Amino acid sequence: MRGSTKRTQELRKISTTTVPRLSAERSRIETEVYKKHFGTMEIPVLRATFFKELMEKRKLYLGEGELIVGEKGEYPLTAPTFPELCCHTKEDLDILNVREYIGFKVSEEDKEFHINEVMPYWEKRATRYKLLEQNSQEWKDAYGAGIFTEFMEQRAQGHTVADDKIYKKGFKEIISEIDQAIENLDFLNDKKAYDKRSQLEGMRISCQAIIVYSKRYAQYAEELAQKESDPQKKKDYEFIAANCRVVPENKPETFAQALQMYWFVHIGVTTELNTWDAFSPGRLDQYVYPFYKKEKEAGTITREEAIELLECFWIKFNNQPAPPKVGVTVKESGTYTDFANLNTGGINPETGEDGVNEVSYMILDVMDEMKLLQPSSNVQISLKTPEPFLKRACQVSRMGWGQPAFYNTEELIEELLQAGKDIRDARYGGSSGCVETGAQGREAYALTGYLNVPKIFEVALNNGYDKFTGKQIGPKTGTIEDFKSYDDVFKAFEVQLKHFIDIKIEGNNIIEKIFAENMPSPFLSTVIDDCISNGQDYNAGGARYNTRYIQIVGIGNITDCLSAIKYNVFEKKRFTMSEIKEAIDNNFEGHEKIRNIVLNHTPKYGNDDDYADDLMIDAFNTVNDAITGRPTMYGGTYRIDMLPTTCHVYFGSVTGATPNGRLAGKPLPDGISPAKGADVNGPSSVIKSAAKMDHVRTGGTLLNQKFTPDVIAGENGLNNFAAYIRAYFKMGRHHIQFNVIRRDTLIDAQLNPDEYKDLIVRVAGYSDHFNNLEKALQDEIIDRTEQELY
Amino acid sequence: MKALIFNIQRFSIHDGPGIRNTVFFKGCPLSCKWCHNPESINREIDYLYNKGNCHGCQDCVKACQYGALTFDEDGLKWDRDKCVFCQECMISCVNSAIQFAGKYYDISGLIKEIEKERIIFEESGGGVTLSGGEPMLQIDFIEKLVKELKDRNIHITVDTCGAVPFSYFERISKYVDLFLYDFKIFDDDTHSKYIGMSNEIIIDNLLKLDKIHKNIVCRIPVIKGIKEKINAFDENMINTCQVLKNTDIKKVNLLPYHNTAVHKYYKLNMEYYQDMSRPSDEEMEGFRKIFEDYGFQAKIGG
Repeated sequence: MRGSTKRTQELRKISTTTVPRLSAERSRIETEVYKKHFGTMEIPVLRATFFKELMEKRKLYLGEGELIVGEKGEYPLTAPTFPELCCHTKEDLDILNVREYIGFKVSEEDKEFHINEVMPYWEKRATRYKLLEQNSQEWKDAYGAGIFTEFMEQRAQGHTVADDKIYKKGFKEIISEIDQAIENLDFLNDKKAYDKRSQLEGMRISCQAIIVYSKRYAQYAEELAQKESDPQKKKDYEFIAANCRVVPENKPETFAQALQMYWFVHIGVTTELNTWDAFSPGRLDQYVYPFYKKEKEAGTITREEAIELLECFWIKFNNQPAPPKVGVTVKESGTYTDFANLNTGGINPETGEDGVNEVSYMILDVMDEMKLLQPSSNVQISLKTPEPFLKRACQVSRMGWGQPAFYNTEELIEELLQAGKDIRDARYGGSSGCVETGAQGREAYALTGYLNVPKIFEVALNNGYDKFTGKQIGPKTGTIEDFKSYDDVFKAFEVQLKHFIDIKIEGNNIIEKIFAENMPSPFLSTVIDDCISNGQDYNAGGARYNTRYIQIVGIGNITDCLSAIKYNVFEKKRFTMSEIKEAIDNNFEGHEKIRNIVLNHTPKYGNDDDYADDLMIDAFNTVNDAITGRPTMYGGTYRIDMLPTTCHVYFGSVTGATPNGRLAGKPLPDGISPAKGADVNGPSSVIKSAAKMDHVRTGGTLLNQKFTPDVIAGENGLNNFAAYIRAYFKMGRHHIQFNVIRRDTLIDAQLNPDEYKDLIVRVAGYSDHFNNLEKALQDEIIDRTEQELY
Repeated sequence: MKALIFNIQRFSIHDGPGIRNTVFFKGCPLSCKWCHNPESINREIDYLYNKGNCHGCQDCVKACQYGALTFDEDGLKWDRDKCVFCQECMISCVNSAIQFAGKYYDISGLIKEIEKERIIFEESGGGVTLSGGEPMLQIDFIEKLVKELKDRNIHITVDTCGAVPFSYFERISKYVDLFLYDFKIFDDDTHSKYIGMSNEIIIDNLLKLDKIHKNIVCRIPVIKGIKEKINAFDENMINTCQVLKNTDIKKVNLLPYHNTAVHKYYKLNMEYYQDMSRPSDEEMEGFRKIFEDYGFQAKIGG
């Protein structure tokens, strides 16, 4: 059994065997508050009032053996619903209850309640309804055709990471800061003073709410302690009570309190709204190390005790399935993972020195021991990172289940500096969710949706027409006969691309407004600089930095498509534009010769071949230029990420055959990985090709590599593994992650799921149980190029 | 000056230290019956035809503008003299039944390919391995190449069968960081039978090279004969140890036979000698022990 002590073994067992279910508690309290107060108070105050009532009234869960407390629902693995964002229909609930993948059990009682109380009130008040209602027909057509997805369709923007402030001050102190900010408001000259006061009042109420929550826990634990006769259990309850009396009202004093502090904030942020992507502790190793050091020196904690606490903390993350998603959203992100992502290692943000400490190694040990999907864990590797830390991370990674992922600290900093951040803020850089980068504790970095680049190319080859929905969704950029040169083709693609990006950003502007006005997040705003001093909500541009990302999918595919046309049609003249068009229109049936040429005898991305890689650079720069630097509604800028989550499978399903030989409906390549079977030159060529992209101009890129275990076996294998990562990072690139597993094993797992309940694989910026993936995604992972032994 | 090369293997991790590029030169003086790169033996470009994949559509015959291909009931016939190696036949084949082995590189073209992965060599302590075939059969090119690589501070390993004039070793020895020297069979009659020539020059060169180069790893493919002994028996290993004992060589790699190359023989229309098998792990460990007892650092695998 996994877990370093009996306690964590038991807790882990509950966490990994409990069936996820829905809870109506949050919806019930929220509906009551809205019915009672809506229209009588300003929106930020209303949101905070709801949050406070939730924290006052919700059922407390305190499981046997726990040392860290707090759940999002009434029990572990129980997800609350967020009707103000996405009001589930009866059909949704029925599907969730029986859905094979990412299902949630729904009790009859809760279902009745949803139907009778929640749906009538929230159906047309939910942001989902509003944003679908308010967006243009053009937006709806493009969305319907699978040109892009919309992140805020069922969730709120959230998407940020904590920094070290919560370990240095308690919410009592934050309340004083808020009071001071209110005090400083200038009603004489500042036209926004009134709005600011509402925001700040909301923030103050939400701070009180989280303190109430902890006091209730303290009291509950004290009551249990009194009744308890077992001395160990009694001690546990007293331990919890003592910690909850200190944090989050005050700053933590011990290692355990530091973890509990974060966890209360996590529960607050993720129940206030359903934030993409959850919320994360960021540089946990660096933030909690001073507490560990102090206690270890004082003799009040041992390494083993600290490990046990970290394991309890790990289990807390794993207890929280992402709230249920439906429709397109479950396709773009088909997982229970809620994307909390830890950044271990890297550098010390304040001094710029190596940041690896004893807790960094402990985190790797805990990751290895617990083998849990959540929290998703990564390591930052800087030039200053000691070799033993990198090797230990490689050792865990080659266990084969995809954690940790590897990030390049220097490149992250360069990205953030390039995006206009101060050097100190840039050093607080790290990923949230998958690979997207931001300055932790001071930036709102929201993902807004995936962009299906190969689909846009398809529309360009069809003169703006989408053959699947039967609609003219783009401008008329020329029929296939009009394309007399490669430049003509590229130009049409570029025009379509810009057209759809404009539509996407128009939609984002509407959505941003809907959230800023209707869905402030006062609690989150209290922990992100400078929402308090600006008197402005996180969802309305209150953070010091505001970035909105559009995630680009299919760069490997579009590169090979451009190559297929440029090389074969216009240079080698092996076939004409009309012939390749006819071939893709017929899914290559009867056009095997053309397919053979484009599949097997055309330069492709991923082989360190400049011919193809130059086309990748063209496509990448064109997409990037069309997005990066554009302003958002609330003072931020747009940037791009090169990550897919599970969206490459959905996007592939709505895209016909493509000129590179990919058949209709098949998945697109993930992240910046080469197209399936395109990279035939081995793993060093893959990173060489991937490195030609200017990652610094993005907010994150995702590269998957699959190795068979023998490639990196033994001491030599470990050295080569570490060197391979160092080489990629020396080339200045962002992220790389690994599946270390044999294809045969995955195929066997697909056939015999019961025998592989424990099999975890890397999907995108996260790992998931192989059994939890829909078949198309399983197939896609099986088909990823396997780098074998030579 | 150009060399005929049949593969540049990237991310090669068993032919010398670190992550390497292994460059396979075409042409070999030996003809080992177990050779797992049979396309390396011939000193010209080879034409590989996978008859099993061929559907007989004859698109390749039509694609050839030079009349180098004909088709009859036995399948495809290729005329080397007419072929200009344009590869249009290969591209026309939807069943991938045609391949070519061998491509000419000049020094600068090859250096350009190798330089692509410098950063990976540097991080991993890797470099370039010149293998084959027997790379030194193209000694003029190799000599220039190793000087150029040395100037560029790239680690050089030469994987040799030993069956070349010793002067060739002398021409490159001071530029080479590591020799992987194959010593296959001690008994000369068996050697001649399975390898096509006497081992006299191979042993002689090994002893001489040892005097002028201090970093040599001896590699021994271990092949078990089904009908008769080849080299997978204690006596052969002991005799080999006796020879190596006279040198400064410390490291020995024992490479167990595998038959993954069968399909290449088929495509090259070459006969594959069947009576060979892979020694068991226990047998391999036994041989390793023999070398260890003689004081060598012996390991199984490259």
